[in-house]
Amino acid sequence: MIKMTSSVGEKEKFVLVRQNLEEAEKIEKKSISFWGDAFYRFRQNKLAMFCVFLLLVLVAMAIFVPWFSKYDYDTNDLMNTNQPPSAKHWFGTDDLGRDVFVRTWVGARISLTIGVVAALIDLLIGVVWGGIAGYKGGRVDEVMMRIADILNGIPYLLVIILFMVVFGQELWTMILAMTVTGWINMARIVRGQVLQLKNQEFVLAARTLGASFSRILFKHVIPNAMGPILVTLTLTIPSAIFTEAFLSFLGLGLNPPLASWGTMANEGLPALEYYPWRLFFPATFICLTMFALNVIGDGLRDAIDPRLRK
Amino acid sequence: MEKILEIKDLEVKFHTQSGTVHALRGVNFHLNKGETLALVGESGSGKSVTAQAIMKLLPTPPAEITKGQIILDGEDIVPKTEKQMEKIRGNVVSMIFQDPMTSLNPTMRVGRQIDELIMKNEKVSRQEAKRRAIELLDMVGIPNAASRYNQYPHQFSGGMRQRVMIAIAVAARPKLLIADEPTTALDVTIQAQILELMKRLKEKLETSIIFITHDLGVVANMADRVAVMYAGQIVEIGTSDEIFYDPRHPYTWGLLSSMPSLDANDGEELHAIPGSPPDLTKPPVGDAFARRSPYALQIDFEKEPPMFQVSETHFVKSWLLHPNAPKVEPPKIVQQRRRVLPGTFEHPVLVEGGL
Amino acid sequence: MAEKLVEVKHLKKYFNVGKPNMVKAIDDVSFYIYKGETLGLVGESGCGKSTTGRTIIRLYNATGGQVLYQGKDVHRIKSKKELKELNRKMQMIFQDPYASLNPRMKVVDIIAEGMDIHGLVKNKTERMEKVVELLETVGLNEEHANRYPHEFSGGQRQRIGIARALAVNPEFVIADEPISALDVSIQAQVVNLMKRLQKEKGLTYLFIAHDLSMVKYISDRIGVMYFGKLVELAPSDDLYKHPLHPYTKSLLSAIPLPDPDYERSRKRIPYDPSVHQYTDQDRPEMREVAPGHFVYCSEREFEQYKKEYENR
Repeated sequence: MIKMTSSVGEKEKFVLVRQNLEEAEKIEKKSISFWGDAFYRFRQNKLAMFCVFLLLVLVAMAIFVPWFSKYDYDTNDLMNTNQPPSAKHWFGTDDLGRDVFVRTWVGARISLTIGVVAALIDLLIGVVWGGIAGYKGGRVDEVMMRIADILNGIPYLLVIILFMVVFGQELWTMILAMTVTGWINMARIVRGQVLQLKNQEFVLAARTLGASFSRILFKHVIPNAMGPILVTLTLTIPSAIFTEAFLSFLGLGLNPPLASWGTMANEGLPALEYYPWRLFFPATFICLTMFALNVIGDGLRDAIDPRLRK
Repeated sequence: MEKILEIKDLEVKFHTQSGTVHALRGVNFHLNKGETLALVGESGSGKSVTAQAIMKLLPTPPAEITKGQIILDGEDIVPKTEKQMEKIRGNVVSMIFQDPMTSLNPTMRVGRQIDELIMKNEKVSRQEAKRRAIELLDMVGIPNAASRYNQYPHQFSGGMRQRVMIAIAVAARPKLLIADEPTTALDVTIQAQILELMKRLKEKLETSIIFITHDLGVVANMADRVAVMYAGQIVEIGTSDEIFYDPRHPYTWGLLSSMPSLDANDGEELHAIPGSPPDLTKPPVGDAFARRSPYALQIDFEKEPPMFQVSETHFVKSWLLHPNAPKVEPPKIVQQRRRVLPGTFEHPVLVEGGL
Repeated sequence: MAEKLVEVKHLKKYFNVGKPNMVKAIDDVSFYIYKGETLGLVGESGCGKSTTGRTIIRLYNATGGQVLYQGKDVHRIKSKKELKELNRKMQMIFQDPYASLNPRMKVVDIIAEGMDIHGLVKNKTERMEKVVELLETVGLNEEHANRYPHEFSGGQRQRIGIARALAVNPEFVIADEPISALDVSIQAQVVNLMKRLQKEKGLTYLFIAHDLSMVKYISDRIGVMYFGKLVELAPSDDLYKHPLHPYTKSLLSAIPLPDPDYERSRKRIPYDPSVHQYTDQDRPEMREVAPGHFVYCSEREFEQYKKEYENR
């Protein structure tokens, strides 16, 4: 038998307390939106943050270096061709005496622009196409996705090469060429997301409230699919940059004196044995940019990954 | 009575981004051989954490058993390594879950999954294991056991899958079976069948059961003793009769009076417990339930209540049982069912230390 | 005589029509709902109760039969204006508190969406005022308006869902398993709220659930469904005290109650459909065995049940 030990409290403490039990509904923690939470998680990823910083530096250099440099990207200096990196020419010169440093950053402008614009166009077409196909379902979905499948069957590079041969090797033709089939991947991702989301109860609720098709698509479905869409976007950019570089490298890309990293690499290859810096710098920056964007894309995916936050 | 399980002062913490969650804050109870103990509580009460702790299935990190003992069949398993636990799981203690699809391998035939478990625990041939597996499938009520042995989980209905999971869980004849909300997702009729099956198996295999649920009807059907959990602690524990016919803790009163009875008349409003369970990253001072209770005392906000003993088997963690506390009346629904049970002490007795 | 707000007539909803995996989710179901009452619809998985709710509110098209709301066939309304009106009058509360609120929207926007669509408010201030009023009606408060769904508990989210449905001043609310996913004591909160709102706003409810005790508590009449058919329909008390259809009896006998004495003596009655032994001559349909108490049966069974009811 357990003995009763010395009494615990003072008598006054044993009084009933009148409580306002509605206070019980208060939420203690600060409000954070979904994106706020995702960015917090992203910030924890040190490598991804470093790559964001790296990318920002690259963009800044691409914007400011050509403005402030005393050399133009197409200034010939036939007295100083193929000079190795020095105090005067930080990245050396090429076979026409042009400053490789300034050309690298002009090249950055071109390559980054191509990457971003192509990816954004892919995004636009892909979201609309995939959104409609996924939401409408049935025949509409079948027809739309069959068209996408057929287009996808055509080899990507072949399409681009043909396009440029027909329409000329300009900046805008290259961007358009890439988007002819580039949107298909985004459309598939979006369609997949929409298929998943359209039967969720909050979408059904919007329907019972009388929401129109476009309201449901743009206010309910797409915002909730933003995660994978954003990730796909950040991974499309390096793909576009690489494609341009590759084509230019093959001589099928932009024309000189237009400098993209790819054309510079193309020009630098034959000189590799004696003047390695001419290939080294553009190639390094292609790699760095692609690496950074891939890491950021992965980081975004991890940060956005829907966890069971119940 | 021989004890198959004893939990002493168990504390479990989870280290998360938003802080350290004090999931279990001093849990004490025991299970006698051949008994069914129901663990009742709502989301966040700690009942699932307790079950996983007993199986040592808590992911560490982020979980950590910071204090206490889990004495299973005479041995404290808290200090045991994963390798040592592998021998214990399936053999001594086993678990069935709410969703059978997550614990059945969808790419492996059902019969083979049972075979593997049998062969892991005993040195028998494949044929012998298969024979036992078919026997088990039959025992849990799967018709055409021999042919269904070769089927995949997705070819079974929800209730059937649950039976398969039970077959796997009892394949090695464990002494303790933990059932974590095994019938919550099932229809009433299927639930009834599964509960009947569990009772049959318990008798046949002499297993002791810890049954976790929030459905008080199921508790009344299955349990010999009931432990009510709130905010990581056991607030009341007693025999089934004691909990239903002479409950003493305001939370238990709240649970019982928020369920409509089938013979109730119209007009009797359901007593809802206001608010929600507390945030366990900042465990409340004193009595965790006080903030939602119309019977809160001043001291509930200052000091954590001790355990009071009301009978040989009935314990309550509440200041309301202190001799200085005012007499309070529980809600009507509870009063209507209340009766004086034999063995109840005249006055509650303060308990020092554990049970 | 009370007005019939909703009339369901020989409603049929089949999925995958014509294919080998065709499912007759609703198979010729008829009932009506009076203005101001709560009709409960119970049954186990696959019986078609949720599908019935969703077909009534037009989330699904009907394969056959009619749903009349205030006399108008809801599936045949052509004019956009009438359709919008109907959307306002009929609303729905969903089962899963974690999936029924758009995770990317703030609570204020979630609740106000109906008002935005139907142009029920003139400006932002009025919009916020109405939202706060609704929040308070469901037992939440102003500071919750600018938060996101994931910050709330299941019970609170369910109440936000109710506020959303109320925002358009509906007459008829279909509650599709609104409490199944909630803890026991929270269920009571939500059910009490729904009862109170019904009194205050004169709402009519169709309460779909599988928890029979809760359904009985909130419903005036209850319908029992089994594999797409309505097998019994009666006032709540009458259904529980004098069930007639063998499936209803089986269902009731399987419910565990929080009462150990009762549980010790409860005997479950399994249901075997072959007990009916329907022949081709039999035409089983809903017949009124006693005032207001309908059972799906053949002529032969009808006589049986009548006798059984009289001898109760």
